[in-house]
Amino acid sequence: MRRYSAWAVAREATRYHEGWERAWRAPEPKKRYDVVIVGAGGHGLATAYYLGKNHGITNVAVIEKGWLGGGNTGRNTTIIRSNYLQDSSAAIYEKARSLYETMSQDLNYNVMFSPRGVIMLAQTEHEVRGYQRTAHANALQGVSTEFISPQRVKELVPIIDISGPRYPVLGGLWQARGGTARHDAVAWGYARACSDMGMDIIQKCEVTGIRQEGGRVTGVGTTKGAIDCGKLGIVVAGHSGHLAEMAGFRLPLESVALQALVSEPIKPCMDVVVMANTVHGYMSQSDKGEMVIGGGTDAFNNYTQRGSFHHIEETVRALIETFPMISRLKMLRQWGGIVDVTGDRSPILSKTPVEGVFINSGWGTGGFKAIPGSGFGFAELMAKGYSPLTAEFGLNRFAEGRFVDESVAAGVAH
Amino acid sequence: MSTRLSTGGRLIDRTKPMSYTFNGKRMKGFAGDTLASALLAGGQMMMGRSFKYHRPRGVVASGAEEPNALVGLGQGAAFEPNQRATTTELFDGLSATSQNHWPSLEFDVGAINNRLARFFPAGFYYKTFMFPRVAWKKLYEPIVRQSAGLGAVPKERDGDTYEHFYGFFDLVVVGGGISGLIAARAAGRAGLRVLLMEQTAHWGGRAPVDAAADGATVNDAPVDKLVEEIVADLATMPNVTTRLRMMAAGVYDHGYVLGYERLTDHAPEAPGPRHRLWRIRAGQIVTATGAIERPLSFAGNDIPGVMLASATRDYIVNYGVSPGDRVVVVTNNDDAYRTAIAVKKAGLDVPIIVDARAAGGGALAQAARDLGIRVENGRAIAKVHGKKQVEGVSICAQAGEGGVLEEIACDAVAMSGGWSPVVHLWSHCGGKLTWDEAQAHFRPDVHNSPKGDAGETFVTPAGAANGAMQLGDVIADAGEMAGRAIAALGGTVRAEPVTASAPDEVPMQPVWLMPQGAGPKLRMKAWLDYQNDVKVSDVQLAAREGYESVEHTKRYTTLGMATDQGKLSNINGLAILSDALGQPIPQTGTTTFRPPYTPISMGAIAGTARGAAFQPLRRTPMHSWHEENNAHWEPVGQWRRPYCYPRTGESHAEAVSREINQTRSSVGLLDASTLGKIIVKGPDAGRFLDMLYTNMMSTLKPGKCRYGLMCSENGFLIDDGVVARLDEETFLCHTTTGGAESIHAHMEEWLQTEWWDWKVYTANVTEQWAQIAVVGPKARAVLQTLSDDDLSAETLPFMAWKEVTLAGIKARVFRISFSGELSFEVAVPAGQGMALWLALLDAGAEHGIMPYGTEALHVMRAEKGFIMIGDETDGTVIPQDLNLHWALSKKKDDYLGKRAQQRSHMADPNRWKLVGLETLDGSVLPDGAYAVAEGVNENGQKRTQGRVTSTYHSPTLNRGIAMGLVLHGPDRMGEVLEFPGTDGTVSKARIVDPVFYDKDGEKQNV
Amino acid sequence: MLILECPYCGVKAEETEFHAGGEAHIKRFGPGSSDADFEGYLFNRENPKGVHFERWRHANGCGKWFHVVRCTMTLEVFGSYSAQVSEPPQEIRDAITAKRPGWCWRDFA
Repeated sequence: MRRYSAWAVAREATRYHEGWERAWRAPEPKKRYDVVIVGAGGHGLATAYYLGKNHGITNVAVIEKGWLGGGNTGRNTTIIRSNYLQDSSAAIYEKARSLYETMSQDLNYNVMFSPRGVIMLAQTEHEVRGYQRTAHANALQGVSTEFISPQRVKELVPIIDISGPRYPVLGGLWQARGGTARHDAVAWGYARACSDMGMDIIQKCEVTGIRQEGGRVTGVGTTKGAIDCGKLGIVVAGHSGHLAEMAGFRLPLESVALQALVSEPIKPCMDVVVMANTVHGYMSQSDKGEMVIGGGTDAFNNYTQRGSFHHIEETVRALIETFPMISRLKMLRQWGGIVDVTGDRSPILSKTPVEGVFINSGWGTGGFKAIPGSGFGFAELMAKGYSPLTAEFGLNRFAEGRFVDESVAAGVAH
Repeated sequence: MSTRLSTGGRLIDRTKPMSYTFNGKRMKGFAGDTLASALLAGGQMMMGRSFKYHRPRGVVASGAEEPNALVGLGQGAAFEPNQRATTTELFDGLSATSQNHWPSLEFDVGAINNRLARFFPAGFYYKTFMFPRVAWKKLYEPIVRQSAGLGAVPKERDGDTYEHFYGFFDLVVVGGGISGLIAARAAGRAGLRVLLMEQTAHWGGRAPVDAAADGATVNDAPVDKLVEEIVADLATMPNVTTRLRMMAAGVYDHGYVLGYERLTDHAPEAPGPRHRLWRIRAGQIVTATGAIERPLSFAGNDIPGVMLASATRDYIVNYGVSPGDRVVVVTNNDDAYRTAIAVKKAGLDVPIIVDARAAGGGALAQAARDLGIRVENGRAIAKVHGKKQVEGVSICAQAGEGGVLEEIACDAVAMSGGWSPVVHLWSHCGGKLTWDEAQAHFRPDVHNSPKGDAGETFVTPAGAANGAMQLGDVIADAGEMAGRAIAALGGTVRAEPVTASAPDEVPMQPVWLMPQGAGPKLRMKAWLDYQNDVKVSDVQLAAREGYESVEHTKRYTTLGMATDQGKLSNINGLAILSDALGQPIPQTGTTTFRPPYTPISMGAIAGTARGAAFQPLRRTPMHSWHEENNAHWEPVGQWRRPYCYPRTGESHAEAVSREINQTRSSVGLLDASTLGKIIVKGPDAGRFLDMLYTNMMSTLKPGKCRYGLMCSENGFLIDDGVVARLDEETFLCHTTTGGAESIHAHMEEWLQTEWWDWKVYTANVTEQWAQIAVVGPKARAVLQTLSDDDLSAETLPFMAWKEVTLAGIKARVFRISFSGELSFEVAVPAGQGMALWLALLDAGAEHGIMPYGTEALHVMRAEKGFIMIGDETDGTVIPQDLNLHWALSKKKDDYLGKRAQQRSHMADPNRWKLVGLETLDGSVLPDGAYAVAEGVNENGQKRTQGRVTSTYHSPTLNRGIAMGLVLHGPDRMGEVLEFPGTDGTVSKARIVDPVFYDKDGEKQNV
Repeated sequence: MLILECPYCGVKAEETEFHAGGEAHIKRFGPGSSDADFEGYLFNRENPKGVHFERWRHANGCGKWFHVVRCTMTLEVFGSYSAQVSEPPQEIRDAITAKRPGWCWRDFA
């Protein structure tokens, strides 16, 4: 792999940039791999990357029915934070956040991780207490957060109205090392690194069946032919139920549309990410200058990647209440993504009833921020059969009544 | 240089001059001008700077597709960034500023990027700015952000208002050009309810402009005449609604159309809302949205003065504005000849028409030649000369690599790469596209249309939006497609004989790069996306590096991601990508079309729901009294409840202490009206409540009250409250304030979907009653002064209720207590709540009666060890955790949550249990603090063994008290736990009984 | 933005009048049921790509719960009917068959 650097760009500039090689190869599938990962989104590619990097497993294929990074990896609002309440959530999200810190250097691909800070606004007494609790929990979890005053919120976010007539800002949970990253680049950077390790990323290849013998997986059928494998990881977000059905088990998941929108770009005016859960809205400003705004989910099953407009209205209404100046901005684009939501709204990273088949799904509205941590833990689970990062996220928790419930701290999509 | 022509301009009114400012400079225009036409008339060709390289940019289009001419409009509370000059109607006093430059439009320091452009190809930032690690946040990103961005930041609260409208129509026609007008008239005559909307301020669209150049007629009359005639027809039809300045922003499922009406953008002094958002349900939608001309990709195609051929024509015909004295026309189709003819007819010079087609054009080409215009076939522009203004072009062979055949001086270039139907609305809701090889564009695939709720086609494209490009075809197609939509609605269409006479055109020929063999130097200067500075070479680079999907290329190069969303660039870009990948264009496909068609204001999306109207405010009958008596409010759902009533000079904490001391020592009043009140009635009401509550409710006697717990089917505690049995068949269930609506819904869900054969009715009567808690040792004395009924403990014992008359008002009095004091909760019809409240204040005056707020309520219940839903519970807590086993009936086989609570984790003896906590030094424990245990877990996190759920200063005990959930807590009385704060301090607290006050409950039971 | 028909009111109304309530025809398992049955009852969901049976409530209308059959891929609605039945009526099944021959959902076809 040719390293990327300013020097390399300058050198190529003299040849009109005609000397750049492919970022990742476009191979035909081999007959067999040690591990097949289905789904070349952020989570699938990160899993492959850590299988190679941490566990020396490089005979890996990542197969993708569309194009890599084409699902929710490229449709989210790019927020990265780890100020979760429950220990198991905080562990995997903080692992992810810390890996984001060095991702650009690790992958030699600038994913533009911007630790600009994330504020979750407290706008009711109840929220104040909730975030104070989270701050206490975070301190013990090794997650650096603090509960800050309304005045400090105003200093960090000059465009905010902290005295809003209905929901004045009473404080905020501040994570200074939370932030954003360039979502597509995360998938592309991992893809390039995986390809460099000799892994095959096979796009436009759809899984048509999962083969097993004696309760153990032996391979997959695909639109590009049969592929044998020792282990299979299913990392396909909204399509998890479909794949699970092929393998013969069911999942506690439902797929719904989550919406987001961006404004037209303006000059820098907000340097941090702000989440306002009481009024259901969150917003950050991209490096291009667009205000990136997250909306709500529909409550009905949907695979259309289109949501209902009243959610957009609700979100914009709430944000104008909190940031009056955005009233004079314009919505440039709105879109929807399909997210799979579990019974406790926490993800599933788990073994399955089929030996050798592992599932990573149910990230709901919070998947992007978890990508490296999810890949790190899931690779360990696939390689060793156990990972402390994924231990609490098993499928068995639903039968046991042992949930990981974060709605305690955040009732809104993120 | 651009200037105003002495004659012409079908849309302007030369008798109405207007004055405006651009970058502070005073300028003149006419009524009917757009800001763009007025600027051009004033010689202002350069209108902005590009996003990435800060290159000088002029206006390139004349409508919604404009990528370059974006301005900041207005000032102060009326400032709006990123307004397109081409869709901004001029008004007297308009003030506009150009964007994305410093210090000025003419001299921009950021233009250094242009000098270094070769080092900033697509995606260069993914390959650089990585070292040292901290530099991205501290150094690179601030520079990137500052140099990117686009418009200035609005500083003030929006001074305008907005509103929403609902619209229900059989047929919505989008677009007021010839096609839309024909469709609307046909539907109107068929008797349908029709809405016709046009995004500009004028009916007729492009056809009248084209006719001005080529002399086309309709029904042997000028095209303008037909437009007038149909508009007049429509005005007579009561079933037809027409709107100018209204855009269809998006098409959503099941016939939902979002309309965006700009009411006062063109007349800011006019009263009323600025924008109106229409939420429309349409039976059928006809998209008569026309087509957009494509630029050609040649080097220097972004220099100010290079314009779309159609825009050049628009400025001349519609506004009487000349873009230049010597206009070179470059084309791959016949349509651009109309521009050459229009330029010539305006008395300006066309030194050459460069037609990339080897065989050249048809009748229009001949017409141009007849006007004496030189036409060269098979030629191309190798390069445009000039920096801030076109100075000339180099001509070469289209088939070659750009060897210059001739230099031609000119000050404007009119280009046409063919036309693309506007398929956005068709595509928003799932309509598929088909590639039209002959016209080299995507048009709607009418066999794969958007489907409505019954699976029916609900969008029909018409005219140019459907790929019909010549006037005769447009009219025929509009009639036919409108007929389909009308027939789908059950209407019948009368034939409308409309015949067009227009010059025949010969086929266009796709030209994606000019010249065909352009080398890297030229490709690096051939722009695809003007605003985002994406060039032919960038798309080729993306393909080379493996970003092969059209979505990859878009995201890697930012092609089509600017404020114009690729209206000019997308087709050209994906043609270049297809060529680089060696695959046909349809195989590459398009990116996804998403709403809105052009950006719409956030203010319009929010509508009237701003400030005080943001959300409904629920008021108790005594709300105004609280307000007048200085209540400090706490939002609780959509209610506001008094947190406390501070007096002059008093802090909130002092007020809370005063309220508690008064209540505990004498008597206090609480407005408890927000508590949920649900009537459950019927022969099976008891059986039903036995399923809903964990305890037995069916055995409750009329006249008695019982505290009950409700769990979700998943086992978690969701609500609590007192149930009173009103009579044999009727129960009154009190819920928490937040639970009123959700618990009522919960009841209905189970009744209707699981036990629908049970004879039970429910009604949420929360707002029908005012409820006042009269609390404290003197409570009975106060009440008794207002009533002749017996309120003694013998007739009205603890946990009983009765109907009495208080101050002449019939009331229900419940002897229940959430404070541990002697307490009566009095419910009267809402309309009489204030009267009772005042009577109680009066009657209690001798005892110093005063109201207390929610915080006093919380403290007093904590002193008594009563749990609070939302504090002791958080959705993860089961009754067993709170030692509420006594409220879990052992006699019942089933209740909601019972099975769930038998699962292994819920039956685990290691679940944290409720205890009281007392700091060793009497201080208040920090809210939400955790009790630490030894060591760390396998993820390196400090182990914990409990947490604080409620913590207060108790004025009664004059010390901190708290409740918490602790591992094996009830078995560890007296043990001391450590609670680290977030500030480095550690609080020590002893595990104690959670009942801090009146442990035997004597005070409430008197 | 869906339009649904409330079978009680007989009106077609905006999605915002309704409240979505998840999968329909779920059999309740209470005390005495196995862990697997109870888990399936509370958590395992069909989540199909295609025909789906679901519950809705006319929350800002008559307040009644009812069932809707809808395609999750196209959002086409095949019909709505009372929530107070344990399986879809024949005319609803016929309506689905007319549009999606060969459909099946759980044990219904």
